[in-house]
Amino acid sequence: MRTFVIAVFAFLYLPIALVVLFSFNAGRHASEFTGFSVQWYGTALANPFLVEALKNSLFIATTSALLAALCGTAAALGLARVGIRTRAVFDALLGAAIVVPGVVIGISTLVALVQLFTVVNPFLASIWPDDQPPRLALGYGSIIAAHGLFSMALVTMIVGTRLGSLDRNLVEASSDLYATPLTTFRSIVLPQIMPAIVAGFLLAFTFSFDDFIIAFFVAGAQTTLPIYVFASIRRGVTPEINAIATIVLVASVLLVVLAQWQLRQRKPSN
Amino acid sequence: MLLGPATAWLVVFLVLPFIAIAVFSVGERAPEGGYQAAFTFAQYANLPARATAFWNTMVLAPIGALACLLVAYPVAYYLALRAPQRWRLILLALVVIPFWTSLLMRTYAWMYVLGGRGIPALLAYIGFEDVRLINTPGAVLLGIVYGYLPLMILPIYVSLERLDRRLLEASADLGATPLSTFLSVTLKLSLPGVMTGFSLVMILLLGEYLIPTLLGGGKVFFIGNALVDLFLQSRNWPFGSAIAITLVLVSVVVLIAANRISTRVSGARRVDLI
Repeated sequence: MRTFVIAVFAFLYLPIALVVLFSFNAGRHASEFTGFSVQWYGTALANPFLVEALKNSLFIATTSALLAALCGTAAALGLARVGIRTRAVFDALLGAAIVVPGVVIGISTLVALVQLFTVVNPFLASIWPDDQPPRLALGYGSIIAAHGLFSMALVTMIVGTRLGSLDRNLVEASSDLYATPLTTFRSIVLPQIMPAIVAGFLLAFTFSFDDFIIAFFVAGAQTTLPIYVFASIRRGVTPEINAIATIVLVASVLLVVLAQWQLRQRKPSN
Repeated sequence: MLLGPATAWLVVFLVLPFIAIAVFSVGERAPEGGYQAAFTFAQYANLPARATAFWNTMVLAPIGALACLLVAYPVAYYLALRAPQRWRLILLALVVIPFWTSLLMRTYAWMYVLGGRGIPALLAYIGFEDVRLINTPGAVLLGIVYGYLPLMILPIYVSLERLDRRLLEASADLGATPLSTFLSVTLKLSLPGVMTGFSLVMILLLGEYLIPTLLGGGKVFFIGNALVDLFLQSRNWPFGSAIAITLVLVSVVVLIAANRISTRVSGARRVDLI
């Protein structure tokens, strides 16, 4: 059994290791390693389209993860004090937001937004005083909202789980000692759920940064890093893509390790 | 009030869009593409036009999920019950990391391995010329197992880790062979984890697009490919919506069936991942 497990881990990591190895290849070809070089990292970072896509992805991931962390934490706190019915409906919707395949989320958001724009844009044009009315279109906003949906549900669940394991006695003790609800929240509840919020933010960021399929549908004229990489992969395998892939892999791994570490920190010992 | 933003988000970007595609799916295609209001089930009647995509998905998704399960179970078992304590967390982290790493990049890695300059080049070196690996159903299946293995391992691990070890000892003390202990105690009690993993992987595979596109090379079409085509290229939104609604219905059936099976066999409903 140990041999089998070792083989599975090799299976999981060898292909990735190969991509990383060949990103340092001096030659252009994938079959032979002709020497160590970081030239492909230079090529990748000198490519303006790639840098633009990278900046877009960073902006979208940061914004959607921040919004998700805020709304998700608020929702988790709110859910702790609603009736069992409301809670059940909310849990079902959150579960749906996480489980529904990305391709369906992408499509339905695309359809709904395009339909909304065909109503709103003529209306804006009719009430706008001059000839340059704002035109709503797919782009940053739609990607952020669609990514945020999954991320918010994720944050709500992670923070909700942590809230559930919170020691109620501390909250009661705090109010018995005449702390205002706000003080109790700031000095008792928030410090305890903070690791969960941070972990949720990091996982949300990783999700948004890595997502291809949702953005593919709702990006409009914008390009995110995965969309750019997908387009170049279809044109063929190049060491430049290996360099980008390595950067993205390393960044994701760091974020996930950080998130896991946050989740394990100060976990109530029960 | 705390629930306000989240509710608005869920309604505007989950509930309303879902209603929108439900409405579209009973509509008609406008002459120039897009949507024309109608009430007809013609789009649903037309589903067999994409029979190949449905067939490929409905065959490769269960096979892929099953293959994942066969590889994942021993790994989860080892992690939960056999691994030395100090190794457990490290090994678990090694499973979680790929789970959160870009599927695009991980699938790309296999394009590299299976492509002309990867394994086929090595095989040619030892005398097997012209072996074609990429752009085959086998490559897609391999990509599926690779991509979704972590998602299968995690819930099984969680259910095995919670297992009361005294039951295993009791079973052995009562004279059960290791095999029958495994079958009637371990396997049975870990079934909720197995069903959670299986249904999650199945559902995500139903909507999979990247793996068949990159490793199937346009030869192995999934429902996801049909949807991308209908929405972004041929712009037949009502037909695409009907396919998407069908996809969601199949997913719901899979989830309910998985819940039923694990409830009936072990009494527990599901395993939470977080």
